[in-house]
Amino acid sequence: MRTSKTLSSTLNAGAWITVGILFLIGCFMVAKSLPLFEAMGVSSLWNDSGWHPSEGDFNVLPMLAGSLVIAFGAVLVAGPLGVMLAIFGRYYAPKWLASVYRGLMELLSGVPSVVYGFWGLIVLVPWISTFAPPGASVLAGIIVLAIMVLPLVVLTVDTAFEQTPQKWLVAADALALQRWSKIWRIVLPHSLPSIFSGVTLQTGRALGETMAVLMVCGNIVQVPSSLFEPTRTLTANIALEMSYATDFHVNALFVSGLILFLMTVLIVMVGASVKRKQYA
Amino acid sequence: MKRICTVIASLMIAISLAGCSQSSSEKLVLTGSSTVAPLVAEIAKRFEALNPDVRIDVQTGGSSRGVNDARKGLADVGMVSRGLKVSEADLRTNTIAWDGITLILHKDNPVQSLSKNHIVDVYTGKIKNWKDLGGVDSPIVVVNKAEGRSTLELFLKHFGLKNSEVNADIIIGDNQQGLKTVEGNPLAIGYVSIGAAAYEAENGASIKLLPVDGVQATLKNVELGVFPIARPLNLVTTENSTPLAKRFIEYAQSQDVGDLVQEQFFIAANANK
Repeated sequence: MRTSKTLSSTLNAGAWITVGILFLIGCFMVAKSLPLFEAMGVSSLWNDSGWHPSEGDFNVLPMLAGSLVIAFGAVLVAGPLGVMLAIFGRYYAPKWLASVYRGLMELLSGVPSVVYGFWGLIVLVPWISTFAPPGASVLAGIIVLAIMVLPLVVLTVDTAFEQTPQKWLVAADALALQRWSKIWRIVLPHSLPSIFSGVTLQTGRALGETMAVLMVCGNIVQVPSSLFEPTRTLTANIALEMSYATDFHVNALFVSGLILFLMTVLIVMVGASVKRKQYA
Repeated sequence: MKRICTVIASLMIAISLAGCSQSSSEKLVLTGSSTVAPLVAEIAKRFEALNPDVRIDVQTGGSSRGVNDARKGLADVGMVSRGLKVSEADLRTNTIAWDGITLILHKDNPVQSLSKNHIVDVYTGKIKNWKDLGGVDSPIVVVNKAEGRSTLELFLKHFGLKNSEVNADIIIGDNQQGLKTVEGNPLAIGYVSIGAAAYEAENGASIKLLPVDGVQATLKNVELGVFPIARPLNLVTTENSTPLAKRFIEYAQSQDVGDLVQEQFFIAANANK
């Protein structure tokens, strides 16, 4: 097969520039984080008495916990639900409904996150506060994020289903398998790695979400001990304080960013390795 | 390794800054407090109309950014919604208006006023239930501002608190988020700019403004200088500011923009002089 030299070198250059930019972002964040590490030591990130930047305390553990609880909580809700909805859309819904349904999911995945956040702030939070004040809580964050992530989960799972080899399905029909056993015995086992990697990537997205979470989670720096307690995520911390920060406070916020960056890299790597195994 | 990273990073910053700071002599950049910015943007529009060859760029990012940018020359003028600190004495301040900070409750909350001690006890978590203050038997939802905001600093200073002593349930960013939070929660107590609160209350938001130290939270009382928690809205510059910056500041302090100050629910700086 002949390939155009110009095309392949342009594509190559593009790929390398992307890698370079990512590398520079990493460098920049490390460079911005270093002054804090040099002055206070890395251990101040988990040894300080709390997060009081104006008093020189930079403990980020509670926010790390907040980020993880909310992101994984949202994916735990949206994952199984998304798989069920995708099964419905592809194998149970009538044809006309399935296409409407798919379009709707694509539309929903394009709604800006502030819109979900605003809905959470004026509808969800007051509702939760009627039975568990203050309302702004881990639960509100998980619900809003789960709703945001759900359409994307449905779309990725649906794509995974689509890749089931057609001849398997035909063979299953020839053996007169029921619809459900076809899904349970053939489609799901085949799609499982793709579903897993897709859901993992959504965890990365949930982890990076800022505005919606900032609006509904209450932003108190604490390790939440129940679903109804407020918490603050690393992303919300950066958004709330960056424009007002000076001196070490800025460096500490870059450390928050660095932690998020590393976690996202880790998640993408896990997702990719699962997918690779499938095709190995 | 660290040095290389720093060099590369700073080069990138330098390039990006060089790209956007190629200003002609007739361009004015103001950055800083999100409380001051809407007012300055309105003043800037009028100033541009009077001086067609001047372009004014107003950006928000908080009072601290206003100070930093003015100092480093990234902005011609910084917008700062508080008095300058001792460490910032190298800058010149020009007050263009005053703003008050007041406590707000949901409209349905039966509590009509709170003493200074009560507010301190509520914010430090010593009083946790509205029934101790003559309200309903439900927990108090304490709304506090995020670290670094000038509203927070002013509030803490007035009530003699440290931020680490405050026991909050919700932490918010800007005034609007605070207003929406209290509006949606009958058990909440929060504090915001009087200007923003009065505007929202007038337009039917379910909030009410509490008196502070027995003084009603009205624009009139801020104007008379009797309201206890008030802050100046300042434009700050370095010693050697440009003639254009000086002209703009003079204009912003003049009577010509008094109506704009009023429209934004602030008090003109020359009102009680």
